[in-house]
Amino acid sequence: MVQGMGTRMTQNEQTGKRRKQGLNHQIDENLKRVYESALQEDVPDRFKDLLDRLREQEVRK
Amino acid sequence: MSDPLPHDDAPHAVDPRDDLPNHLPALRAFAISLTGNVALADDMVQDTIVKAWTHIDSYKPGTNMRAWLFTILRNTFYSHRRKHKREQPDPEGVHAAGLYEKPAHDSKLAMTDFRTAFAKLSDEHREVLLLVGASGFSTQEAAAMIGIAEGTVKSRASRARARLCALLGMEVGEHMLDGIDGSTAAVMSRSGTQAA
Repeated sequence: MVQGMGTRMTQNEQTGKRRKQGLNHQIDENLKRVYESALQEDVPDRFKDLLDRLREQEVRK
Repeated sequence: MSDPLPHDDAPHAVDPRDDLPNHLPALRAFAISLTGNVALADDMVQDTIVKAWTHIDSYKPGTNMRAWLFTILRNTFYSHRRKHKREQPDPEGVHAAGLYEKPAHDSKLAMTDFRTAFAKLSDEHREVLLLVGASGFSTQEAAAMIGIAEGTVKSRASRARARLCALLGMEVGEHMLDGIDGSTAAVMSRSGTQAA
């Protein structure tokens, strides 16, 4: 037995904590998947065109 | 603070705006994941680029440009939300764009269910999970971007995860870790004591 811990967790709490960590890990993996599937998309040309226009406007000033 | 880069003898110093194209995929991924609506996301990214371009003076060279851009993007998002009634997520549009056609992975969480639940979170919860959980910013960076304390980021992320689990119909200790009966749990909790 671990002694001297004022807030010693019960077994149930420890089990709950481990399960929560497992859950959080799976959530993070899924979040990364959501984000990365969007990340792999090709960026539409409109953004490159926009940057070209902004650069042109500035040169003309 | 140390001196900034010498300006005087560098009249043609690198324009940080040259770096903008490198951040476009991440900006778009953040916007699409945040809104669930590709058309709205692209409009927000466009606004972000224009603002970044015209306010480049407020970017401090040497600092994290992506964090700076994400900050502009999330501000754009929230000011859009204030002005308009929130537009509905457009999962069909997202499907049509081929974004969510990844093959199913061997995961206990079906991605479709996950995406549906994620879309139901509040904007603030989606935001904090995307920043710290998905796009790899530190708690400190996320706190600066959102404009809240680090501790608030942590507690908000924790509540967002709990909400997500609730939406997925999973309470802690249910479903996710299959096959854990009482005795296994007891063993795990003992090893957990040593690990912790």
